Amino acid sequence: RGSSARSEAKSGRTDLIFLIRFRHCCLLRNQRCLLAYLYDRLLRIRALRWEYGSVLPNAIQFHMSAEEVEWFNRYKKSLATYMRSVGGEEGLDLTQDIKPPKSLYIEVRCLRDYGEFEIDDGTTILLKKNSQHFLPRWKCEQLIRQGVLEHILS
Amino acid sequence: GGASLGAGACGRRTPRSCLQRAFCQAWLNEKFAPELLESKPEIIECVVEQLDHMEANLKRAKKGDLKVSVHHMEIERIRYVLSSYLRCRLVKIEKFFPHILEKEKSRAEGEPSILSPEEFAFAKEYMANTETYLKNVALKHMPPNLQKVSLLESVPKPNLDSFVFLRVLERQENILVEPETDEQREYTIDLEEGSQHLIRYRTIAPLVASGAVQLI
Repeated sequence: RGSSARSEAKSGRTDLIFLIRFRHCCLLRNQRCLLAYLYDRLLRIRALRWEYGSVLPNAIQFHMSAEEVEWFNRYKKSLATYMRSVGGEEGLDLTQDIKPPKSLYIEVRCLRDYGEFEIDDGTTILLKKNSQHFLPRWKCEQLIRQGVLEHILS
Repeated sequence: GGASLGAGACGRRTPRSCLQRAFCQAWLNEKFAPELLESKPEIIECVVEQLDHMEANLKRAKKGDLKVSVHHMEIERIRYVLSSYLRCRLVKIEKFFPHILEKEKSRAEGEPSILSPEEFAFAKEYMANTETYLKNVALKHMPPNLQKVSLLESVPKPNLDSFVFLRVLERQENILVEPETDEQREYTIDLEEGSQHLIRYRTIAPLVASGAVQLI
């Protein structure tokens, strides 16, 4: 439909020029809306990497298209490469240390059964629902964000 | 590496406190500036070296030594600031990626880069990843004359007119301030050392880069 109007306009029907321009504006607007929607979804998916870690919960993956999953995988690979390249031999995990450290150890409560959890000096702790522990802060950060542990502020 | 921040530059103060000051300045500036600032590879390298050094000391220390907790806390704090600084830069890189990559492309030979080589690689990958995604999901299904989109035009630029708080480190004279309304005319101000101001970032951007002012 668009190309026939255009070819008619080329052959001299100048009143169709306005129709073509108007239609082009509509198409451009649709393109912009669509890209904005897709881009916004990408930004939210990006935020998931920082919130949940590199393995997304199944419920969330279910809502993502195959191409979005591919974008996510490429993003996390790119991020991992970058994080390995900064901060010494092992790299620096930038998704940790989100808040300024207030203390070395914190009191946490376990919100659901998680199983065994190893801390620095080799000892393991059993994280059972409702158990309370006094653990190194940096070890707990990820689990707190995932909702496994809850920081108890007295 | 650390030699550039040695005693010569700071006189009385130790190289370590000089580094910490320069590092904190870079961190705060990056936090409050609306655009991505120049990368500071020397500072980062020194801080990372210092962290490695402190962590090695910590491993050797006797368990139960009181100093261990204090050192550990110090390591945690430095690591937090380093992570915060690098994260802040990554967020800006992702937010303004077409403009940053364009700026890097048109950078002159001797000019310092705003991106570290690793950040540059990350930015390029991010752009390629996003472009490929949009092409495969939407653009290639569109009518032929709509299959290209300029990310440079679609992605918003950093707002250089946003207001920032700053503290003056080195006295500046005759800074030209643009009028806010049509009735005003442009005027000049002097920035006294130690004074604090709320001003549009665009007006003082070069002063942040030169270290004459500190964003707070």
